[in-house]
Parts: sequence; structure tokens; C-alpha cells
Amino acid sequence: MKKLFLYIFLAVTSIITLIPFIWMISASFMPDGKASVYPPVFIPTEFVLDQYLNLLTRLSVARSFLNSILLSTLVTFFSLFFNSMAGYAFAKYRFSGKSKLFNLLLVNMIVPSQVTMLPLFLILKSVGLINTYFAILVTGLANIFGIFLIRQHCMAIPDSLIEAARMDGATDFQIYRKVILPLAVPVLVTLGIITFLGTWNDFLWPLIALTDDSMYTLPVALSSLMLEHTKDPELMMAGSVITIIPVIIVFLVLQRYYIKGIMMGSVKE
Amino acid sequence: MKDSYSYSYSSKAAYFFLAPAVIAIFIFFFIPVISAFIMSFTDFDIYALGNFDTVRFIGLRNYVQLFEDPLFWQSLQNTAYYVVLATPLSITVSLGAAILLNSKLIKYIGFFRLSYFIPYITTLVAVAIVWRFIYHPKFGILNYFLGLFGVNPIDWLGDPNLAMPAIVLMSVWKTFGYNMIIFLAGLQNIPEDLYEAASLEGANEWQKFKAITIPMLAPTTLFVSIITIVSYFQLFAEPYIMTQGGPLNKTLSIVGYMYQEGFRWWNMGYSASISFVLFFIIMVVTILQFKLQKNRLA
Repeated sequence: MKKLFLYIFLAVTSIITLIPFIWMISASFMPDGKASVYPPVFIPTEFVLDQYLNLLTRLSVARSFLNSILLSTLVTFFSLFFNSMAGYAFAKYRFSGKSKLFNLLLVNMIVPSQVTMLPLFLILKSVGLINTYFAILVTGLANIFGIFLIRQHCMAIPDSLIEAARMDGATDFQIYRKVILPLAVPVLVTLGIITFLGTWNDFLWPLIALTDDSMYTLPVALSSLMLEHTKDPELMMAGSVITIIPVIIVFLVLQRYYIKGIMMGSVKE
Repeated sequence: MKDSYSYSYSSKAAYFFLAPAVIAIFIFFFIPVISAFIMSFTDFDIYALGNFDTVRFIGLRNYVQLFEDPLFWQSLQNTAYYVVLATPLSITVSLGAAILLNSKLIKYIGFFRLSYFIPYITTLVAVAIVWRFIYHPKFGILNYFLGLFGVNPIDWLGDPNLAMPAIVLMSVWKTFGYNMIIFLAGLQNIPEDLYEAASLEGANEWQKFKAITIPMLAPTTLFVSIITIVSYFQLFAEPYIMTQGGPLNKTLSIVGYMYQEGFRWWNMGYSASISFVLFFIIMVVTILQFKLQKNRLA
């Protein structure tokens, strides 16, 4: 009895949680005006792809989609490369200034990124890099949280493995590439998915740094589309579906790693 | 584990590994933070954008002006209201969900956990757009469901008193899954025999919850509260998409005001001082956390 009640409660609350998505998907397949009716319809009576075709051909959402894919991939690749090298160095090397540098980075984790945006805009503008991919890329090249995560992971790698590789004549970079990176794959996947989704979903900085609609990422393109289409829920829902579906797919495939990332100390958004 | 002595000679390699990340963080993070601090003591405005020579140091005048700016106080008050309303709500909902999912009685936990968690990973801008239509006074599905219970249509985002609560509701829906995961991990760390011992003594579920779960989860709850508060203070995209700060500036947030002053009116010196007020608030919250944690350990 108690068990049945529990199941019903969980099922109902799950449906309530998912209803915005259900409505979003169904409205995105309706012709103009069909989502603005009372009472609301949850299954389209007439199933059309008009909104998607409109977004991808007439409005430059296809371009924004490519921008988002490209930028998220580039940021993920570079930040994994830079963070893993730095994390490894902090875990396994002794050098002067190590603890000072480490503490300096640690202290900076509490600075909200909004603080950097005004000067960063001016710096990039003065060298002509506003409204380029570079403007988004540079803010994600490395991040302190990622360096810490990889450092934690590398500290657990036994010194004897590194020692043995060194005996065999491996250079420092070969050790990093052939010994450390393969052992760090789980934490790299975790960090990779967090970075990819974080870049994909990011809004404020791309809104500031990308000024031309051919450069927009999906969230910026959606927000600008919303200004002209406040009365077109069908079109806006199709835009939301295009933005959200890739995120959900990536998450479903790699959710185990993502959840682990949360446990390892908060995903920074 | 101790570093073995054989690595100490290879500090050159360490610098080589550190250089890309450290240089990137230095140029694109440290320098901007320091520049922003300096900027907040200048009158950097739209004219300075064309010619840096017109910038003058004006001491604390931006901060004094902030203090007297009713719109700034409004944004501070709105953000505080949002944080105060959303944080306890988010923690209650996520703790409730975690306790349900931790129950030994049920199967398919993975499915329920997934449906609670999905909103968290989705794109904020996209779901804010979805919710804008959900809150539509005439055709929105929220008013439809409330109508089934006899509630008259409500203009959620158009009413100055309801717009912020509506944003709170959406935010809690969006983020509770994250805190739920952390609470679930915390619950699984509570030793089972504590509950068994309490059962033998004849304690009921509510007594066990009060005497075991709550105190054992206290460190987790503190951690969750702090990260929730810090992230909620950075409110921006929800009002930007759903209300543009309105009605009557009742949903204008600190970051929203910073964006407006800095990137719409190009009052960048003034905007920089707003960003440092945000920094200060977040710093105070974070230091408070460290203090509380220390007290706990002592």
C-alpha cells in the first residue's frame, strides 16, 4: 500500500517535471497559431515540420547550430589539453613557487566570471577579436576547477609507473601522453562533458562578445529570435528543441560520468 | 603520498606543462579582474570607448553614486528576494526528492532520478522561453491546470508582485535535480545501523528523520546552501528572456543592471563597480561557509 502510494507520487511528480518538455516538443510540430489555443493541446492534431524548416532555412539557426557545435568542441578540446598538463604538473612535480601558484589559483575560484567581462570586452575589441570564435575560445582555454579535478586524479597514480617509464628513456611529454593521459581517461570524460555542456548552454558572455547574427551561438540566436517572435510559440518551441536535444543526447550517453563530476565537487556554471 | 626525489630536478618540464593554462588564466582572467577593479574607480563611458584619453580617475564616486541610485537598490533588493525565496524552496524540494529516491522500497530509481535531473542540464535560455509560454495568461498550460481547480487566469509575468515568484518557481524546477544528486550521495553515506538501532528503540520514521537524517546531513546541507546561494546571486538569463527586468523593474537583477549599464549605455566604470558589489557579496557568503565549516570541525 505504502509502496503503491510512493510509486504514484514519483510518477506524478516525474510527469510534472517533464511536462514543459512534452509541451515544447508537441508545440514545435504544430502549424502557426495552433499552440495558442484554449484549452492547450498536447498532441498535435496536424503534424507539420514547417517551424523547423523555417528556422533552418529562412532564419539562420542552422548557422548558429554549427557555431555552437564548433565552439563547444573547440573549448572542450583545448581546455582538456591545457588543464590536464597543468593538473599533472601540480600532482607530480616539484618546482619553486608551486604552493604559492596553487593557492593563488584557489583563491580566484570565488571571483564570479561577470567581473572579467567588461575589461575582457575592451581588450578583445582593441585587438579586433570581438565577434570572432576566438573571443569565446579564450575564456575557456583553461579553468581552475578543471585543473584541480585532474590534479586530484593524478595524485592517485603511483610514482613507480612514472619512474619505470623514465627508466625506459621516455621524455616528460611522452610520460604525460603515454602513461598519464590513458590513466586519466575517466576524469577527462567527466570534465569533457561538463565543459561541453557548459559552453553549449553559456549565455551572458556570448551575448556580449558575439555581435553579428552569423556568429551567434544557439542561446544568443534564440534570445534575439524571441524579440521578434513573442507571439509565435510554435516557432520558438522548435528553436528550443533544436537547442536542447543535442544536450540531452550527450547527457544520456555519458550521464554516469556527469553525475560523478557533481560528486567530485560541484559543477561550476 | 611523498613526491619522490627523482622528480625535483625536472622543474623545467613542470613549467612547460603549466605554461599554457597559467598564461591563459593570467591574460584572460587575472588581468581582466584587476582591470575591472581599476575601472571601477574611473568614469569610463561611451566617449572613452572611442578615445581612452578621456578616462579620468574619480576615486570612490561610482560607489557613492551606487549607494544613492534607487535602481541599484531595486536590483539588489530583487536579487536578495529571489535568493531568499528560491534557496529554501530548492533545498526542501531536492532533499525531499533525494529521500524518496533513497527509499529501499522502490525500483526504477534510475528513471525517476533522470526525469528529476533532466531540467538541470538543459539550456537555460531555451527553457526560459518555454516557461514564458507556459506562463502565458490566456493560453499557458499553468493557468489551464490551475483552471481545472477553479483558479482564475493569472498574469504571472505581467504582475509586478508575481513576476519574481514565477521566476523562482522556474529556477527551482530547473536546478533542484543538481542538489538532489548531492543529497543522495550524502544520504548513502549515513550508516544503515543507525536507523536499525533507532528502529529497535521503537522510533518512527519522522523521529528517525529528525534525530538521524537531519544532523548527519548537516555538512551536506551547508555545502548545498552555499553553492545554491552563490549561483542564485548571479541571476541573469531568466529575467532577460522572460521579463526584460520588468514589470516596473521588479525582476531587474544585479547582473542584469550591470549588463544594462555596461553594455547598453556603455557606462563601463559604473558597471564595473556593480560587478564588484556582486563579487563582495559572493565573497562574504563563501567566507561565511569556511567559518561555519571550521566551527563544525572544532
